[in-house]
Amino acid sequence: MTVVEKILAKATGQKSVKAGDVLEPSVDVAMSHENAALVINQFNEVYQGTGIEPKVWNPDKIAIIFDHRVPAESSKTATNQKKIRDFVGANNIKRFHDIRSDEGGICHQILAEYGYIRPGFVVVGTDSHTTTHGAFGSFAFGIGATEMATVWTLGKVLNVEVPETIKVIVNGKFSSNVYPKDLILHLIGKISAQGANFKVLEFHGEVIKNMPMSGRLVLSNMAVEAGATAGIIPGDDETAFYLKEHGVTEKIEYVTPDADANYCQVVEINVDDLVPMLACPHTVDNVKPVTSFKGKHVDQIVIGSCTNGRIDDLEIAANILNGKKVAHGTRMLIFPASWNIYKDAMKKGYLETFASAGAVIMNPGCGCCLGVHQGALGDGEVALSTTNRNFKGRMGNPKAEVYLCSPAVAATSAISGEITEPAKGEL
Amino acid sequence: MAKVIYKFGDDISTDAIYPGRYMATVLPTETPQFCFADYTELNEKLKSGEYAKGSAIVADNNFGCGSSREQAASTLRGYEMLVIAKNFARIFLQNSINVGLNLITCPDIEVNIGDELELKGDKVLNKTTGKSFEIIPLPKARQSIVDAGGLIPYTRKILVDSTKK
Ligand code: SF4
Repeated sequence: MTVVEKILAKATGQKSVKAGDVLEPSVDVAMSHENAALVINQFNEVYQGTGIEPKVWNPDKIAIIFDHRVPAESSKTATNQKKIRDFVGANNIKRFHDIRSDEGGICHQILAEYGYIRPGFVVVGTDSHTTTHGAFGSFAFGIGATEMATVWTLGKVLNVEVPETIKVIVNGKFSSNVYPKDLILHLIGKISAQGANFKVLEFHGEVIKNMPMSGRLVLSNMAVEAGATAGIIPGDDETAFYLKEHGVTEKIEYVTPDADANYCQVVEINVDDLVPMLACPHTVDNVKPVTSFKGKHVDQIVIGSCTNGRIDDLEIAANILNGKKVAHGTRMLIFPASWNIYKDAMKKGYLETFASAGAVIMNPGCGCCLGVHQGALGDGEVALSTTNRNFKGRMGNPKAEVYLCSPAVAATSAISGEITEPAKGEL
Repeated sequence: MAKVIYKFGDDISTDAIYPGRYMATVLPTETPQFCFADYTELNEKLKSGEYAKGSAIVADNNFGCGSSREQAASTLRGYEMLVIAKNFARIFLQNSINVGLNLITCPDIEVNIGDELELKGDKVLNKTTGKSFEIIPLPKARQSIVDAGGLIPYTRKILVDSTKK
């Protein structure tokens, strides 16, 4: 069996399952953000007319994190947030992360750094980038609000077809200016935005084995941009190490695929010759080397998000920007993925480096990533961003262009004000 | 009968169907106003009723890719839209079924704007051109949610049955 088959067999109490089976797996973690407002609405509707008191199946398995619009950008959002806060209190949901600098951040970063995920878990979230948690060897996938209302009611997902798995084997060695972000952009470009539709990507190979959790989170996070239901990296010592560092004391069991597991496709990548990449407007699979847009003027540079807003991303950017200035005519926005990262970056002096360079440091949250508040683009403007989506309108303006890249490309380009490849060996 | 009001290409994202900046609006009764908000003319003709309820939109591959926002399904549901595509992205497909939006997977579909379509069993009939195209049926488990009238009544029944036991 593949990893996802093993996880689903366990979650349904069966010896074995195979791709195509339809199951109702029980859920270990159910995550929502501000769209919990809609989940609450649908949840109450499920109970309507039944005479049964609405009650979540297990408050300890539900996590709710405010991140999409923090602090609230409108009275409507604030009212939604208030409604959620009341629900959280009434249902005794403890994994609630409010708009606070001692517990807040982007939902996917919070699940990771608070140690909520284990290898072998079934994780659902009302957010498509819930795939992020496949980095811990869990089966983690995005669902809609109504489906989450079902999970809150019954503790399971009612309609899961066991997905086929694509095995991705990554070998070789990254050049010093190439990062996991370049690898995942390359893979998405190679198999297309729908190349893994309804399937799971399972990552293997020496590059993955040697990759720290921060990089693995980037790969799993963006698996959905190839259409994948999930992007799984089987658990190993790095998984256990990361969880231990983040306060998990129990022994970590891994779920690994059988030697004779059935894969629908195998994709092999050697990263020896991989160069820094860009996802160009307006699809994530429109991937080209950074050099092909060399010299293109950039109006807004963004470093942050659940993809590349972690401490090592900020470290890369700070090392490049140290003692330098963001070019005039270009603005730079930085939003760390969580408040713990923000405070770590403050201690390490990165925030000072950014502020001295002229970058604007925003509070952790989704900020401009999805174009809801802060950092919108003007008509005809060009953004270069470490986020994960460049769809038309994504940063709040359908008449603007968004290019996606690694933090190194973003920081290097901030200094020149133009799309620029980071030099090798300097970092 | 459903008239084709718009044709889309590949990879139409949920940001295109329902832009992120309107995501604070969540209730199915309120989402239709922002349907295809960045396609100004389409949005206005939907809102004004110039395009009748129950009209059809037709797309190529991977319709509904991207975010899991359920507003993308409920906004189309508000216009009782018939959505035909060569194939759909997973979360959008599931959300649509959950909220009772009529999605038809039809890999060979050929239409022009203004054509009149009719669903006939396992085929889409283009009444304007006289051609008909095979529909790929939903997997059984999804069909049972459609038959129940959406995921809410489906879940409600399981809930009620479980408390009876
Ligand atoms: S940072 Fe962007 S992609 Fe990540 S959860 Fe927030 S809005 Fe979604």
